[in-house]
Amino acid sequence: MTVFEKPKSLTDAPLHYCPGCTHGIIHRLVAEAIDELGIEGKCIGVAPVGCAVMAYDYFACDMVEAAHGRAPAVATGLKRAMPENIIFTYQGDGDLASIGMAETVHAATRNENITVIFVNNAIYGMTGGQMAPTSLPGQVTQTSPYGRDVKTVGYPIRVCEMLAALDGPAYIERVAVNNVKHVKAAKKAIKRAFENQVQGKGFSLIEVVSSCPTNWGMTPEKALAWVEEKMIPYYPLGVYKDKDKEVEA
Amino acid sequence: MAKVTFSVDLCKGCGLCVGACPKHLLVIARDKINQKGHSPAEITDQAACIGCAFCATMCPDCVITVEK
Repeated sequence: MTVFEKPKSLTDAPLHYCPGCTHGIIHRLVAEAIDELGIEGKCIGVAPVGCAVMAYDYFACDMVEAAHGRAPAVATGLKRAMPENIIFTYQGDGDLASIGMAETVHAATRNENITVIFVNNAIYGMTGGQMAPTSLPGQVTQTSPYGRDVKTVGYPIRVCEMLAALDGPAYIERVAVNNVKHVKAAKKAIKRAFENQVQGKGFSLIEVVSSCPTNWGMTPEKALAWVEEKMIPYYPLGVYKDKDKEVEA
Repeated sequence: MAKVTFSVDLCKGCGLCVGACPKHLLVIARDKINQKGHSPAEITDQAACIGCAFCATMCPDCVITVEK
């Protein structure tokens, strides 16, 4: 009996990501959720600009490439034109939390019935490790060689907390992929986000705290330890908004 | 008996599976090199594998298939 094999919603294309990059794990979790819900035939993904820009080669469903940060706007159009299809976006922190902040917040407040997978690795990966809106205070990056100075560039943005303050979104959760336990919890959350859309509940966003060994200048294993030590204390995991529970309460 | 198989040429030798194995059965084979030019992961003692699939759960590149 096969205990574990590659999900069918991923193509056979080898991933271009750096060794130990957790994008691969998150791609797989999304594909597993699509497989398990049996929605691969009507699923359409929206790829971002960033490291995951070539996600359209990796998911076996239809994919659209959006302009930088505009994935939630493109997804809104797709969903409204084709309400029977399941639309998800896959975005990084430079895409969603920086240039695409307006699109994200407005899609959330309109409660568009889409699923957003937000990968937060606290840095701009593709362009070579510049400071991102989510870089931690004191974090050394290419553009903050003395560490992020909050006096001049401000504080990191906690996207989940910010969006949870809106009345619009249906489901907001933050997960991580730095160990097996967290990966399993992340899978559950991502599946839930897709289920919400199937059931017409509205905007679901899953923030996945991940790593960038190359630009953090660490080995893949040390990067996962850094996620546990530095990232998770600043970005606490958990469910930030769940409209189902609000109705019950 | 549990069995793990590696798609060797997809492996980037990141070592996340090595750290995830509760039985410490996986190693990066420094003396080998795959098509991509990385030293791939391999299992040292197939018979001792318990088939938990923790290695495959942490593998970013879907290199590992686990059977039980």
